[in-house]
Parts: sequence; C-alpha cells; structure tokens
Amino acid sequence: MMTVSLADWFSETANWAFLIIALPTLFAGWRAVSSNNIVRAVLYLVVALAGTAALFFMLGAPFVGWTVVLVYIGAVIVLFLIGIMITRAPLGDTTDLSHPIKVRIPVALLSFVLFGVIAYAAIDSFSNTMLEPFEPTSTRDLANLLFSRWVIPFEVVSFVLLAALIGGITLARRDDTGGKR
Amino acid sequence: MTIIQFVLVASALFSIGLYGVITRKNAVLVLASVELMLAAVNLNLVSFDTYLADQLHAGQMMSLFIIALAAAEVGIGIAIILMIYRNLHTADVDELNEMKG
Repeated sequence: MMTVSLADWFSETANWAFLIIALPTLFAGWRAVSSNNIVRAVLYLVVALAGTAALFFMLGAPFVGWTVVLVYIGAVIVLFLIGIMITRAPLGDTTDLSHPIKVRIPVALLSFVLFGVIAYAAIDSFSNTMLEPFEPTSTRDLANLLFSRWVIPFEVVSFVLLAALIGGITLARRDDTGGKR
Repeated sequence: MTIIQFVLVASALFSIGLYGVITRKNAVLVLASVELMLAAVNLNLVSFDTYLADQLHAGQMMSLFIIALAAAEVGIGIAIILMIYRNLHTADVDELNEMKG
C-alpha cells in the first residue's frame, strides 16, 4: 500500500478535479437542507446528486453514474416537484420549512459529532492509503455479473418495484365508489 | 487519489442528510433529505468497490439496487404524503400528531 503526503496530494491533477466537484456538492447538500425556499431546496438537491454522479465517474463507475443521472435527476426530482405542487407548499421564501433555531443548533451539533466519529474511524483505518490504478468498469461486465451472480437480488428488486407500483396506485387513487367517504 | 477523500465527502453528506431529516418540517423535504443520505451511502459503497478492486463489483451492484429501492421509496412516500394532504390538508410532519398519547 502506497501512502501520500499532503504536498503530493495537491500536486496531482485529479485531486484538484475532485475538490472542484466535492466542495460544490457539499455546499449544495447543505443548502438543500437549510434553504428557506422549497423549490430551491429541491433544485440544490439536483446539484448535490449530480456531484455524486460526477464522483462515481471519477471512481471508474460510469454505469452507476449514469443511472444516478437518469433515475434521480430525471425521475425522482420530478416526483419531488409534483409532490410540492399537489401539497400546495408555499413557493416563496418562508421560515415554515424548518424547526426553529433552538432545535436546529443541537441537531447540528449531533450531526457534526456523527461526522467526527465517522471521519475519525475512517482516518484511523485508512489514513492516506492511495487507490491502486484502476480501469472504469465496463457496462458489459456489470451486465454479465447482474444476470449471473446477482440474479436473485435483481429478481427481488423487480418484485419490490412491482409491489411499489401497485401500492402507489392503490394509495393515490381517489376512491369515489364506496369505502370510507 | 486516496480512499479517505471519498469516504470523508460521503460521511459529510450523510451527516448533512441526517440534519435535514430531523430539522425539516415539510414532509417532501424530509424525503429529499433521506435521498441525500442514500446518495452518501452509494458514494461510500462505490468508493470501497474501487478500493478493493472487487471482481464481483458488490459495491456497484448494491448501489444500483439502492437506487432502484430509493426510487420505489420516493414513489410510495409521495403517494402517502398526497393522501395525508387530502385527508388532513397539511404536509407538515409536526401537525400529524393524532396518535400522540
């Protein structure tokens, strides 16, 4: 296992690209949970998810990256925006989206302690171990694995999606004939 | 590149998501914060997949499954929020206290 000093770390071009992706991702994530405008919060979530997709590309997982772009940014965000629309949430700036500051400060401390614990454990275990050089995973390899070694989880996920489809229809359908109301 | 930089970004995103889940009052934004936590978990899985050079790509597979389950979860979640809004005319999780003893 090779290790790296801080000066060496900054001399590598890929790490600057990492910083250019990671810092806006974290900022957008923070704004997504702290913004007072509900539409902006969801749109900041788009930026944060796009940042994780870009990090997947850096890690040599282009198929997972594109899946995030298609499923999260393409479909899930649209669902969120529709959810905002049908619940008639206030579209302008409002202080009604989050708890008051006396709740937020202890929760922020709790989250920071959680981050500190995970970061301490990770740094303690891996400190500055370099990633070995790697090739991007080809979609062909992933597909071969998905339909051989991982076929049972794949079928289970298909069944869960079917159950979610039926459940979603049953929940959201307006039942005018009989039943309650 | 080191493994630690990706793990640190993932843990920071996870903590931010936890903060959002607890402090947000609007149900749609609580779901959005959960999505942020799931994205952090995916980042962690994929980075350790690359770190271990796994021949079975267990990390990438698991993150693909998590993405599929998250999409299903959001669909059901939005349907439940829609039904709550229809019956109680609010999407504020603080006002859903009918089961309070």
